[in-house]
Amino acid sequence: MGRKLLLEKADIPGIRSYNVYRQHGGYAAVEKALRMTPEEVVEEVKKSGLRGRGGAGFPTGMKWSFLAKPAGVPRYLVCNADESEPGTFKDRYLMEFLPHLLIEGLIAASWALGSHRTYIYIRGEYAWIVDILDQAIAEANAHGWLGKNILGSGFDCQIYVQRGAGAYICGEETALIESLEGKRGNPRIKPPFPAVKGLWDCPTVVNNVETLAAVVPILQLGGEEYAKTGIGKSTGTKLISACGNINRPGVYEIDMTISVEEFIYSDEYCGGIAGGKRLKACIPGGSSVPILPANLLLRTAKGEKRMMTYESLSDGGFQTGSMMGSGGFIVLDEDQCVVRHTLTLARFYRHESCGQCSPCREGTGWMEKILHRMEHGKGRMEDIDLLWDIQRRIEGNTICPLGDAAAWPVAAAIRHFRDEFAWHVTAPEECLRRNYGLAQYADELVSA
Amino acid sequence: MAEEVKMLKVTIDNIPVEVPQGSTILQAARLIGGDVAPPAMCYYSKLKGSGGKCRTCLVEVSKGSTADPRPMPKLVASCRTGVMDGMEVKNITSDRVLDARNGVVEFLLINHPLDCPICDQAGECHLQDLSYVHGKEGTRYEFHRRTFDKHDLGPYIQLHMTRCILCYRCVQTAEQVTDGRAHGVLGRGDHAEIATYIEKALDNDFIGNVIDVCPVGALTDRTFRFKNRVWFTKPVDAHRDCPTCKGRVTLWQRGEEVLRVTARKDQWGEVEDWICNTCRFEKKKASDWIVEGPSKVDRHSVISQGHYVGLQRPTEIFSAVHDGRSPKLLMDIHSISEVNRPEVALSAIPGPATSATFDTDKKS
Ligand SMILES: Cc1cc2nc3c(=O)[nH]c(=O)nc-3n(C[C@H](O)[C@H](O)[C@H](O)COP(=O)(O)O)c2cc1C
Ligand code: SF4
Ligand code: SF4
Ligand code: FES
Repeated sequence: MGRKLLLEKADIPGIRSYNVYRQHGGYAAVEKALRMTPEEVVEEVKKSGLRGRGGAGFPTGMKWSFLAKPAGVPRYLVCNADESEPGTFKDRYLMEFLPHLLIEGLIAASWALGSHRTYIYIRGEYAWIVDILDQAIAEANAHGWLGKNILGSGFDCQIYVQRGAGAYICGEETALIESLEGKRGNPRIKPPFPAVKGLWDCPTVVNNVETLAAVVPILQLGGEEYAKTGIGKSTGTKLISACGNINRPGVYEIDMTISVEEFIYSDEYCGGIAGGKRLKACIPGGSSVPILPANLLLRTAKGEKRMMTYESLSDGGFQTGSMMGSGGFIVLDEDQCVVRHTLTLARFYRHESCGQCSPCREGTGWMEKILHRMEHGKGRMEDIDLLWDIQRRIEGNTICPLGDAAAWPVAAAIRHFRDEFAWHVTAPEECLRRNYGLAQYADELVSA
Repeated sequence: MAEEVKMLKVTIDNIPVEVPQGSTILQAARLIGGDVAPPAMCYYSKLKGSGGKCRTCLVEVSKGSTADPRPMPKLVASCRTGVMDGMEVKNITSDRVLDARNGVVEFLLINHPLDCPICDQAGECHLQDLSYVHGKEGTRYEFHRRTFDKHDLGPYIQLHMTRCILCYRCVQTAEQVTDGRAHGVLGRGDHAEIATYIEKALDNDFIGNVIDVCPVGALTDRTFRFKNRVWFTKPVDAHRDCPTCKGRVTLWQRGEEVLRVTARKDQWGEVEDWICNTCRFEKKKASDWIVEGPSKVDRHSVISQGHYVGLQRPTEIFSAVHDGRSPKLLMDIHSISEVNRPEVALSAIPGPATSATFDTDKKS
């Protein structure tokens, strides 16, 4: 059994309510934080080695210490609960079942950053969770954890929940800020970064739900103790939302010491491939990160066991590795078609591009059309190189990382599954009737 | 006492230039001028917050600054990237930049209707210029192009959304120059469109300026629609005593007839002064205006057609850009063409040049 730091109490009946949460030690982290100085809290988070759980994996303590603190200017903490990446649904679980854990983390983080008005920006489709959070905030207010002069510390803080209106792009932190300000959710051009000029042009920190919830165990255990879980720079626990062709889809908390193979095949987690089929490929970190064929997923190019850690998942760079990303673990069995799968993702990014920059606005649509043609047996051999060329000229040339996120899945699919793309061209009739299958990607299990 | 502005040294395509702190790379490059200035389809110096979107102005920063000489890993939008002291930038000397820019042009064109023969903007269209310099012949795009219906935005302006490149200049103009923005961008991605909320007319004393800032033929002047091709009309600078704006305009005439009135534009194609709707749409008689003389026209412009007065002779900077090496990336047209010869000053030739003009020259 791996160590659980976030979901430990998720199974306690009634944990959603304040009284039960409090009885089980809830809000102790706020008590502890308010006895420390804000700088000390930031220091603990630095020591914990916590990395952002929203996708990029940037060290949270460092991010917090970059926050500009000009005198007389308010600072804001914004919790990113937009969670719209295909395959990622971990924040939803956390907010739905442990709303007070997030509120507790938010209050402690608000203290550390000096935010008196803290916002939760939640994706519009999570309408029912808004009610859950609003209730938790009301309870926290009623018990003096929010509002004026919290616990007599002199610190005032209020938390507001704002719903998005159904755009993936509003999860990008500067688009989120624009949307929060009531504007169209277009990403801003950086610099300036939010740490200097964010919400209403004031210094702002945007953090993911899971990142902020992790502040609670960090304060309870102390940063150093927290950092003892995990390997290397992957400290603490990570929520993984597993889906696709597995026996036990769901949200799992892993302590970043297990291998990918164990995660997929052990009964504690995914429970193996559904229907006794074989593993073909996997996107380990949400739809934006590169897809890996089974052989590269289970072992790195160096032949080492691939672990569920930030470092190991990205081992080999994009040539032979992928990324931890946001922890959306999508598993494809031998019957899945990589071309169709890539088309689905391309359609998503085309639909979600905000349309500000030419490469992303036009390139995403173009890639979708070519993939559509290939999937339907009308592709040509040159299409593969054309796709490669299009994604290459989107990547790195856009305002926000959505352009990269649209380019990477296409690049990785071609890099690792070129023969499957080619087969769609050479066997146009057959590709409409059946899928390509495993070919050479599957590997014998590393260990039984 | 005004504080002294610190000057920063930056080198662009091997040419050093000094600019005040707070300048962008694009501004520095425009000081050098010529081909060193990156093309800008969305940036507009007169509009706050403009730029960063079209990505045509991408450049490579090969040295961040004297203090931190590391190169920037990604190409950056020169219109929105500040200059640092000791920065080194590559524009036309970077293969990466030229490749990315070629890509941007291709992206901008895949959904563009390419209906130049029936587009009023043709001849003064920045997308035409951009494609000519940075694009490729032919297209690799074989699908249906996205189309939209045409809309009249009130009595003066027509929106041809199909041609729009979503530079947001018109939105920023309406926001910053008029007293109330009534249009914006609806939708996302390649289905985003410039629109008014429920077919509202754009009416405001200064709204006509959106026509001038639009780099393409998406917003055109309904009072000039299909009246003429811009290269058949002759631009002259004129002014009038206007109670609303400065009244400094360019008249586009055919013979004595004033077919169109626009703001005066500088060498980067940006308006010098915003003009009001009355000057633009209502004053179409030569007698309404005091004519100052022919407008200055860029040497590349088809409007000049080789025989228009007021052409500015370009400074040749290729060898400076290339550290004295012969040009590699840009074709030196003089060296391969039988006709174009650097020693012949085109602007000095009276009337349209013919092969005879050059023949006599060649024998000498
Ligand atoms: C297109 C796009 C969508 C994103 N969506 C989310 C999201 O839904 N939730 C999230 O936490 N971060 C999202 N991010 C990442 C955020 O921009 C930001 O990096 C993150 O919220 C920072 O939090 P962290 O440091 O705690 O990871 C997205 C980024 C991009 C480019
Ligand atoms: S990369 Fe795409 S989503 Fe991001 S700003 Fe540009 S067009 Fe918008
Ligand atoms: S209508 Fe013209 S000015 Fe407005 S966004 Fe489109 S191209 Fe730009
Ligand atoms: S001019 Fe710089 S991005 Fe458009």
